[in-house]
Amino acid sequence: MNEKEIELLKLLEKNGRLDAETIGKMLDVSADEVEQMIAKLEKENAILGYSTLVDWSNVYEYEGVAALIDVKVTPARGVGFDKIASRIYRFPEVKAVYLMSGAYDLSISVEGKTMMEVSRFVSEKLSTLDTVLSTTTHFILKKYKHDGIIFDEDDDQDKRIMVSP
Amino acid sequence: MSSSYLADHVQTLKPSGIRKFFDVASQMENVISLGVGEPDFVTPWNVIEASYHSLEQGYTAYTANAGLPELREEISEYLRQTFTVTYQPETQVLVTVGASQAIDLALRAILNPGDEVIVVEPSFVSYAPTVGLAGGVVKVIDTKPENEFKVTPSQIEEVVTDRTKAIVLCSPNNPTGTVLSPEELEGIAAVLKKHDILAISDEIYVELSYDQAATSLAAVDGMKERTILISGFSKAFAMTGWRLGYTAGPEEIIQAMTKIHQYTMMCAPTMAQHGAIEALRNGNESVIEMKSSYRQRRNFIVKSFNEMGLSCHTPGGAFYVFPSIKETGLTSEEFAQKLLEEQRVAVVPGHVFGDSGEGYIRCSYATSLKQLDEAITRMSEFVQKYI
Repeated sequence: MNEKEIELLKLLEKNGRLDAETIGKMLDVSADEVEQMIAKLEKENAILGYSTLVDWSNVYEYEGVAALIDVKVTPARGVGFDKIASRIYRFPEVKAVYLMSGAYDLSISVEGKTMMEVSRFVSEKLSTLDTVLSTTTHFILKKYKHDGIIFDEDDDQDKRIMVSP
Repeated sequence: MSSSYLADHVQTLKPSGIRKFFDVASQMENVISLGVGEPDFVTPWNVIEASYHSLEQGYTAYTANAGLPELREEISEYLRQTFTVTYQPETQVLVTVGASQAIDLALRAILNPGDEVIVVEPSFVSYAPTVGLAGGVVKVIDTKPENEFKVTPSQIEEVVTDRTKAIVLCSPNNPTGTVLSPEELEGIAAVLKKHDILAISDEIYVELSYDQAATSLAAVDGMKERTILISGFSKAFAMTGWRLGYTAGPEEIIQAMTKIHQYTMMCAPTMAQHGAIEALRNGNESVIEMKSSYRQRRNFIVKSFNEMGLSCHTPGGAFYVFPSIKETGLTSEEFAQKLLEEQRVAVVPGHVFGDSGEGYIRCSYATSLKQLDEAITRMSEFVQKYI
């Protein structure tokens, strides 16, 4: 992968809506070349998708809760943790799954409409899986920063004077 | 007795043209400013945190006049690693209140009344007035757009007299963004050596060099002993408000500068010095990241200006572009004034950086891509009326 492609990925990772023309100007290539690079990176699975970071706490009438769950499991012979991970990540309420070093094995991010809904998922779906030994659920109380973006908009104000030498 | 308490030479000192423009722009709403001569990043968090920590630890007293010994060592090490020039931290490095103070100290340390100092224009607005305040006489070299505003050895030859003491150079340059190559520096160095001229080399933007490795005039063969290298933390580490710079050079000159500094300033702010140590030890990653972002925005703005009909070469460094507005038939001042009034975009008219800046405007691209994009849209609309 060349330097321009990595630059392109970093730009898109920060802002998936940057248009090809703007990116082209920034990387000193044509918009067509940018489109081609993106197509190639999509094909190589370097780009998996484009999503929008939503601060749901600013969306009136929307209610939802999120939790991080530490899970201890028994790895299976031959497939290690992959099999149990795949059984867990197929649930739509599961937004992220990571294999961890340290005191537990899998870290899972779950979202639901209510605390009850998340609790029910843990007690009925997750804990009952054969290889799951234990779970510890942490509900998220407030999001300050996600994927490199700070949620407090005041944090981002330009504090410089208008014209300076 | 004159009717004013002010010294004559201060009465005649003109206020900076930038200041006048700032007063107008800051009264307006919804202005996008490309007039800001500083990074749009906040200082890297590890630097801020180190400064916090030093305050918590009670480091609130004066430091040695020349600055914290650890900081001088880090500066010396940084200069050695980056340019392969070695300076003794104890005797050849001085920590100052911004690079601006270092320029003032350098001129005051070397000038006798009437000594001449060459200033290469368009230039940062402070050089000429500071020379005057130190009792010197300014000899201006007007650089040419066809040379990408680079000073040539023969231009220096033309203004040298027996009173010529020093030249102030700035690469990468404010306001043009021009960067001198190692070969060009060598050509200039040859003339300076021939006429025994000191170089005050303002290298505050040196880390923001996009198309070639950062180069210092002091690294050119035979130049270390006649160069007062001036740099600081403002631009590379986004630390403008910390007011922290430094200078390195021949022991005799640095010691003389330290003497003036000890009577007029005591020392640079202690908390800022603690932050600066962290910046030099662990700040490189942040510099690389900011630099890459500036480079992308430079490419964007250069392309956009050329597309709208304002011809603009690609500057190698700093975060300024200096497009020509001659096609519009307006003067720099008119262009900037009308653009501000009609489209609410603030740029700095080129003539405030010297007569040779007339017909140009300085635009800083150290502002968010979103703002740049909007500024370009507004400026295109404006320019179309005239071209």
